[in-house]
Amino acid sequence: MTIYAGIDIGSCTTKAVVIDQEDNIIGSHVRRSGVDYQSVAREVLETALEGREWDNIPIVATGYGRHTIDFAKEVKTEIACHAKGGFHYAQRALMLVDIGGQDNKVIKIDNSGHRLDFKMNRKCAAGTGTFIEEIAARMAIPLEMLDDMARKAEKRVKIGSYCTVFASTEILAHIRAGVASEELVRGVFESVVDRVMEMIPLADPILLCGGVVQYFPIVADIFRERMSGEIIVPPLPQLTGAYGAALFARQSAD
Amino acid sequence: MEERKRVEIKATAQVRAVMEQHFRELDEADKTKNRKIAWCSSVGPAELAISMGFLVYFFENHGAMLGSTRTANDYIPLANAAGYSPDICSYLTSDIGAYLKGETPLQRAYGIEHIPKPDVLLYNTNQCREVYDWMSWYARELKVPLYGINTPRTQRQSREDVINSVAAQIEEMVPGLEEVAGRRFDIDEFREVIATSRECSQLWEECLDTAEAQPSPMTFFDDCIHMGPAVVMRGRKEANDYYKILLAELKERVEQGVAAVEGARHRLYWEGMPIWGKLRIMSELFARLNSCILVSTYCNSWVFSDLDPKDPFKSMARAYSSIFIGQDDNWKEDYISEKVKRFNLDGILYHDSKTCPNNTNSRYAMPDRLSEQLGIPYLIIYGDLNDLRCFSEEQTITNVEAFIEQLEESR
Repeated sequence: MTIYAGIDIGSCTTKAVVIDQEDNIIGSHVRRSGVDYQSVAREVLETALEGREWDNIPIVATGYGRHTIDFAKEVKTEIACHAKGGFHYAQRALMLVDIGGQDNKVIKIDNSGHRLDFKMNRKCAAGTGTFIEEIAARMAIPLEMLDDMARKAEKRVKIGSYCTVFASTEILAHIRAGVASEELVRGVFESVVDRVMEMIPLADPILLCGGVVQYFPIVADIFRERMSGEIIVPPLPQLTGAYGAALFARQSAD
Repeated sequence: MEERKRVEIKATAQVRAVMEQHFRELDEADKTKNRKIAWCSSVGPAELAISMGFLVYFFENHGAMLGSTRTANDYIPLANAAGYSPDICSYLTSDIGAYLKGETPLQRAYGIEHIPKPDVLLYNTNQCREVYDWMSWYARELKVPLYGINTPRTQRQSREDVINSVAAQIEEMVPGLEEVAGRRFDIDEFREVIATSRECSQLWEECLDTAEAQPSPMTFFDDCIHMGPAVVMRGRKEANDYYKILLAELKERVEQGVAAVEGARHRLYWEGMPIWGKLRIMSELFARLNSCILVSTYCNSWVFSDLDPKDPFKSMARAYSSIFIGQDDNWKEDYISEKVKRFNLDGILYHDSKTCPNNTNSRYAMPDRLSEQLGIPYLIIYGDLNDLRCFSEEQTITNVEAFIEQLEESR
């Protein structure tokens, strides 16, 4: 069987997806990118291959570490790969919103899968996965508890700062004022959505992807509360970029 | 990543020599006091000062040197600590910081110990208010006279009352300059300098216009180096002699089909300030991506077609009040549109320079308006002219690569 691989070396996590000739995912793996991108990428890909030989597999690398992987045959940006993976799932014109570890992307895609435009967040990490991790660490709450906590909030707390450090200060002020932790956590997720909506006017259908959407489904729910149109979430949103890279690998090989 | 070989522009050696001559003359005047020295903002009344025998030192050029030598960030914190915010012009903060530390890139480049001490400080607010604040600091520090022109900005058109006011302000500088220079103003000498400056503008514009050729013989990154004489030596014969050499070489490159970027598939516009400390990296990045940035607002800013020796004060007022940066967005959009069409461009890059709002045109929706009007995409690069704390190389590379991929897909 001919197989193809895509590897997405992101700022926080490295993702690998292996597909067959019908574009079905036959293996995948995710782990922290750490500091040695090359060996982590190799390890993630090996795990995703589930014992298959990896000689001569067409591999496309994407993500911040894309240029550091010597075993990839081709390199594509994460913008191209997310657009590819997202469009393959939705098969229609859409706006793709990727909320990643250190950046957010909004990509406009036409009904043939071509990118019309894209925007990335500016330098600040506010509104990204790193922001959520920073705030969780500051509040000493395990990440896996955040989604449930936010759903229990009775009120909303506005966190308006663009800056992760300033947002932390805002949260400390709320803590001093006796605001419930659940409300603060909900406020953090609301602010992630705020930051995305400030980037560009969003129009449905919107496809949400990235690790934040995968681990915190409440983010998609907040989008649905804020917008009347269709919000699509693929089954494994964190793998969208790696899947797109694998699709590029197949396209180039074919 | 593969590195691209390119045919270097031979005149680069000469431009370096012209720039060195400029700084050596100033250093000699500083040491021997054989000539008076005027500091002048880059689009200030340089021609007037030259006509009265001053050697002219351009403090913004020194700012650019601090940026391109990547030393700016050693000095910006000193100015910040002295009360000048990190959010204001990083030319200003890096230059004042370097002065406070007693250092200059001229030491390493030419063995010149310090920047030349001014006898007079001149500015024109046609580009920004910062030049006034910047020179006010030196006026207090060095106790030298400060004369300036306050030009209205964000204009819809060059109004005659504005031109008359600016011309009057230039004339009002004459008595003060005569006192510092120790000599009388001579209108004929002024006319001559204006004529020389006008010729410099024409030659530089002709050089820039060779980029209309396919392939373009020169990139924006080349322009940033070769514009030096138009900034610091305009009004002097040496600049014109240099541009005749450069123009001949560029025409030869066009005739022979010598490309600035071999195999370039995309022709692009750069709007805004250069990121001085990253010129090489950016130049290599675009070349690797088979893309050539060949027109810019910035390098065209030293074209002053209105200069006219027959009416030196008023024509100088007109030329310096109608510069791109001083006009409103409608005017700017017409200007960029004309360039995009004439140079047959595929996309526009906007540099959002954190500390230079006056030279940043992406903050009031111009990119969306022009993209819709011209039917070409754009990319905003977030950075700064000098303060590299405001620039993320990784994010920029990803954005640029994605932008070029998008252009490729749409071909």
